[in-house]
Amino acid sequence: MADVIERVSKIVVDRLGVDAAEVKPEASFKEDLGADSLDVVELVMELEDEFDLEISDEDAEKITTVGDVVNYINSNNN
Amino acid sequence: MLNGKTALVTGASRGIGRAIALELAKNGAKVAVNYAGSEAKAKEVVEEIIAMGQEAIAVQANVADSESVTGMVKRVIEEFGSLDILVNNAGITKDNLLIRMKEDEWDAVLDTNLKGVFLCTKAVSRQMMKQRKGRIINISSIVGVSGNPGQANYVAAKAGVIGLTKTTAKELASRNITVNAVAPGFIDTEMTEVLDENVKGEMLKAIPLARLGSTEDIASLVTFLAGDSSSYITGQTINVDGGMVM
Repeated sequence: MADVIERVSKIVVDRLGVDAAEVKPEASFKEDLGADSLDVVELVMELEDEFDLEISDEDAEKITTVGDVVNYINSNNN
Repeated sequence: MLNGKTALVTGASRGIGRAIALELAKNGAKVAVNYAGSEAKAKEVVEEIIAMGQEAIAVQANVADSESVTGMVKRVIEEFGSLDILVNNAGITKDNLLIRMKEDEWDAVLDTNLKGVFLCTKAVSRQMMKQRKGRIINISSIVGVSGNPGQANYVAAKAGVIGLTKTTAKELASRNITVNAVAPGFIDTEMTEVLDENVKGEMLKAIPLARLGSTEDIASLVTFLAGDSSSYITGQTINVDGGMVM
């Protein structure tokens, strides 16, 4: 679990150039972390590579916060 | 000019697509030659490119079918390791007067000529975004700008391609991907060969340069738009029509 949070956090920090302290579960990519729509798409693409997942367009549209990502990965990654 | 770059040209077994595939290869690009049904013709193009000492593959796909398109793009990326240039060229005509045009004639042309561009663009965007570079060149038509009797379906699709080009250019600009359209006028191909002599005569009268264009006229502009020297041009539609529409 902790591992997932750490890996997600690293990707978010690298991709969006934010401080690691800002990457909290409730942080919204667009509202709090300064991402635009295309940044979120790219973030999802990178998470797919990192966790070897395929996130459908429908599921990807529901991802708005850091917590959403962690929950998605925990419930879809065996 | 295009050394080390990789390209996918749809509908590249003949006509303008064929000329584009050959010209890109001549300038150093590895080329994937897409075809829908003409396997033998596509293989001839591939052999011609290999004879130049360049890499090429033939890939079958119906551009109007999303699964087929996804499979094609996956295969090209596996084969070449990257995808720098997409030329959306595949197109068909089913001409008829609007009042006689059947719904399936409308649908078939819109599916291949407009939806096909959307599907191929969507499929390559992911790779180009990751690469932080890319060139998408859509082959529209001068009739998409001017209108043309007997081609309601074709004209609507080609005008749609111009709008799609502008939107895609705006969406992908921040990722260093440029998207432009080329609008050929009256080009000497199999598609225009079948036109009635009277129609041809009338069209020639409307061309200030008073001659048909060649497929190479289109291919040379596409090659320029695919290269590094066009990096500040995006969202544009460039007419190659002997001055027919100004």
